[in-house]
Amino acid sequence: MRKLRAWLIRFVEVFRNQQREAELSGELESHLQLHIDDNLRAGMSPAEARRRALIKLGGLEQTKDSYRGAAGLPFLEALIQDARFAVRSLRKTPGFTAVAVLTLALGIGANVAVFSVVNTLLLRPLPFPDSERLVWFTGNHGQGGLSPTTYNVGSYEEYARHAQSFEEVTCYQTFWGSSEYNMTGHGEPRHVQAVMVANNFFRTLGVPPALGRTFLPGEHQKGAAPVALLTDWFWRQEFGGDPQVVGQSVRLDNRAVTIVGVLPASFDFAAVFSPGLRVHFFTPAVMDEIRTWGNTVAMVGRLRPGISLEQAQTETNLLSPQFRAAHPEPDWFMEYSADLSYLKDHVTGKLHRSLFVLWAAVALILLIVCVNLSNLMLARLASRTKEFAMRGALGASRGRLVRQLLTESLVLSAAGAALGIGLAFGITSYLARQSSIALPLLNTIRVDSAALAWTLFVTVLVGILFGIAPGVILSRSNMQSNLKDSGRGLSEGRSHDRVRSVLVVSEVALACVLLIGSGLLFRSFLRVLDVDLGFQPSNLSVVDVIYDGGAKGEKRGPVLQEILSEVQSIPGVESAGIADMLPLDRDRGWGLANPSREYRRDADTGAIVRIVSPGYLRTMGIRLIEGRDISWQDTLANERVVVINETAARRHFPGESPIGRAATGFDNKPGTVIGVVADVRIHSLETSPEPEIYLPLNYGPEGAQLVVRSTLPPATLTSSIMPVLRRITPDQPNAAFRSVQTLVDRSVSPRRFFVLLVSSFAGLGLVLAALGIFGVISYSVTRQTQEFGIRMALGATPGLVRRNVLGRTLKLAGIGMGMGAVASVVTSRVIASLLFQTEPGDPMTFVTVMFLLVCVALTAGYFPALRATRIQPSTALRCE
Amino acid sequence: MAEKQEVQQGTLALMVLKTLEAIGPLHGYGIARRIEQVSGEILSVNYGTLYPALLKLEQEGDIASEWGFSENNRKAKFYRLTRAGRHRLAKETHEWGRTTAILQKFLGATEPSV
Repeated sequence: MRKLRAWLIRFVEVFRNQQREAELSGELESHLQLHIDDNLRAGMSPAEARRRALIKLGGLEQTKDSYRGAAGLPFLEALIQDARFAVRSLRKTPGFTAVAVLTLALGIGANVAVFSVVNTLLLRPLPFPDSERLVWFTGNHGQGGLSPTTYNVGSYEEYARHAQSFEEVTCYQTFWGSSEYNMTGHGEPRHVQAVMVANNFFRTLGVPPALGRTFLPGEHQKGAAPVALLTDWFWRQEFGGDPQVVGQSVRLDNRAVTIVGVLPASFDFAAVFSPGLRVHFFTPAVMDEIRTWGNTVAMVGRLRPGISLEQAQTETNLLSPQFRAAHPEPDWFMEYSADLSYLKDHVTGKLHRSLFVLWAAVALILLIVCVNLSNLMLARLASRTKEFAMRGALGASRGRLVRQLLTESLVLSAAGAALGIGLAFGITSYLARQSSIALPLLNTIRVDSAALAWTLFVTVLVGILFGIAPGVILSRSNMQSNLKDSGRGLSEGRSHDRVRSVLVVSEVALACVLLIGSGLLFRSFLRVLDVDLGFQPSNLSVVDVIYDGGAKGEKRGPVLQEILSEVQSIPGVESAGIADMLPLDRDRGWGLANPSREYRRDADTGAIVRIVSPGYLRTMGIRLIEGRDISWQDTLANERVVVINETAARRHFPGESPIGRAATGFDNKPGTVIGVVADVRIHSLETSPEPEIYLPLNYGPEGAQLVVRSTLPPATLTSSIMPVLRRITPDQPNAAFRSVQTLVDRSVSPRRFFVLLVSSFAGLGLVLAALGIFGVISYSVTRQTQEFGIRMALGATPGLVRRNVLGRTLKLAGIGMGMGAVASVVTSRVIASLLFQTEPGDPMTFVTVMFLLVCVALTAGYFPALRATRIQPSTALRCE
Repeated sequence: MAEKQEVQQGTLALMVLKTLEAIGPLHGYGIARRIEQVSGEILSVNYGTLYPALLKLEQEGDIASEWGFSENNRKAKFYRLTRAGRHRLAKETHEWGRTTAILQKFLGATEPSV
């Protein structure tokens, strides 16, 4: 306790140095005076009194010194002194300081930003209590699109009832299209998205309502009074955050729905389960209504405490065959097996490798920054040898001088970190607002305390890393001889030069690795953009048409036909069509089979289905390979027809023309194949097409997406087409046309995101490497001014001198590139799984990067070379 | 003439505390003089030893200081005993008593007994 108190006081004393100094002087002065007074009283002469007193008291300065040591903390004071001195000396060289701090800020800022991304997506648990016990169920071993990998209500109920490994198993309805509503009764009609959830959904996730209550069991029964929960953002936006909203009602698709509660702001369903989805409401999933919809629910379970994922998996492996055996009914389509994974891994697992690569890239950048600064510090040290020699001569120990250097590098890295954190804040808040990037949890990215701790760690690490090389050189050098030297930096000699060359070579090697990695990723990205979508997204716009003509298809066809013919007559509209869902946006899986073929029991007869109007295929630019498009005469009353894609034709009608052939699997009656169209990309640009079928509009009351091909921008289309829509269907909310290209952009957004980040790091690395080469070559030219002068006096041509300098540049760069290329062979294997149609050893990328590096090295070496040729022999020989 | 003795490390603190207890608030010079007088001018206290000792006592909370005026009207820093200091003085006085008693016995016992 006493000791602690003393230390605390000493710590505080460090910061009131001057005041303490003054007080001590005063006290000692008064001591002396009192002594003199006594001596005078004893009868001495004033001079004698003073002399005696001074003798008695001993050395004034020694006293002060030992007092100082005991009053504050000498170690800390020296540190502060060093830091002050560092700041002073750095201010004397503003150019160097600015370059160093800026470089550090970029390096540290990039690191903190990427750390925040990695932290949010990988390290931080999901935003639910005990989220490590939440488990995701994947159906059909992950094969196929959304439909096969989700569950039907029956299988959900079986798991919820029988799976003992779980405290709860819950589900939500994943086909958002069936829970989109037109909201009226609160301002303008607007299109809202609800998510239907099982009764125990919020309990399982551990999300209590912020206001009101969650759903009661009875509210999931057929015929119950409709209720809804508001999401926080929509509550604030639409209802002004009014707590009185609980108990009010709104109309969703013309049904009065009572708002029973508001969810907390911390609960962001979309961020976890469906990045980019704007969810307005949650509604109770009425199981008896969606029971017949097929596979539409996604399941999440909460493990009982102490139960491992493996134990749960063992149990579900036993359960699914039992369920299958107990359900002979035809809508029990499949095995309904469950591959369990932690929810966190399901959400972000696919990103592990990308994020790891991103992290490695910023780590490389940081290394390059360190190497670069080491180099700068060495150059600075060279011009300060005299200063250090002088300080050494005045009594500073070698350790103290090295500490001074380290303090300087730490001060620099702290300044860089301060700026870098600002940069990271900018980057993260920018990323958090990018709703167009389809990455989970992205909107929750922020620089948090963990990121700040990381910054501190990185700052100290960097400061020490780049301070070490100059420190080692200083501690080895002979300071006396430095002091004697008259020439500029002659003493540092070859070893110093060699260190700098090694640094530049490693910098080039690191940059090379980064460039090749990002080059491969960039090439993959270009390949992805080059993928034949199967449709033409340019000049295509889309809007949701809200038409609920009383559930059945008979009335729906004529209304949508009227809409289409009206829209097509609007000037500027080339063509128009309607589909329930667009590719790359949403999909549903039905089935397709050739009745005249034998299928194995486990054969995949799944097919993606799109309910489309005549003209949809033409409007989308989907090529018709054979046969004809759907027409308005193809109603359920006439012959059932289907258009299939090439993959479906190949799989189910191999070696024959499917036109006119019977097809089953999508209706209770067989239909006739009337057309074959080109494949389109369904889930993403990078997954290969699956069998797909197109059916006439009367197959389903699902959403209707009006697609318009026109050179007019979406905004113009909105203003010309929306009045037509609202006239025909008065409930049509005032939605805006979106460009179909945004679907494509969204689909490639994660890849674009990574490529952009990795390439900008690579670009940064290249610039730093160029600076490094420039610095070293330029410095060596300066050191060799005399040599070049002599050589030119003896007849060397400027061309020869230039070749000499450029040759040395190329030698350094060449060694670095060689090492980088060898390292890249290894690193490109690591990122192989992230590449798309690109070989890890892609010669094109390697050659391009090498060429780029040679160009950059030559440019960096060119200016010093130019300077070397301009040396005047007479001046060169005279100087120094 | 006997050499004047420097104060032993560790004992000075105790002497300072005792002085302040006996006389009340006092400045550094006064403390030094008093210790020298009490020792019968055997001890010599210079400020190189005194002030660091005072500082340490103050940091540890045994004494407190404030500026005031001496009897002949000179500005000086006066030290006074705190409650913690009083406590420490009592404790250390007791310990010293025991230590010296033990040493006394010990040194006495080493003399050859007859």
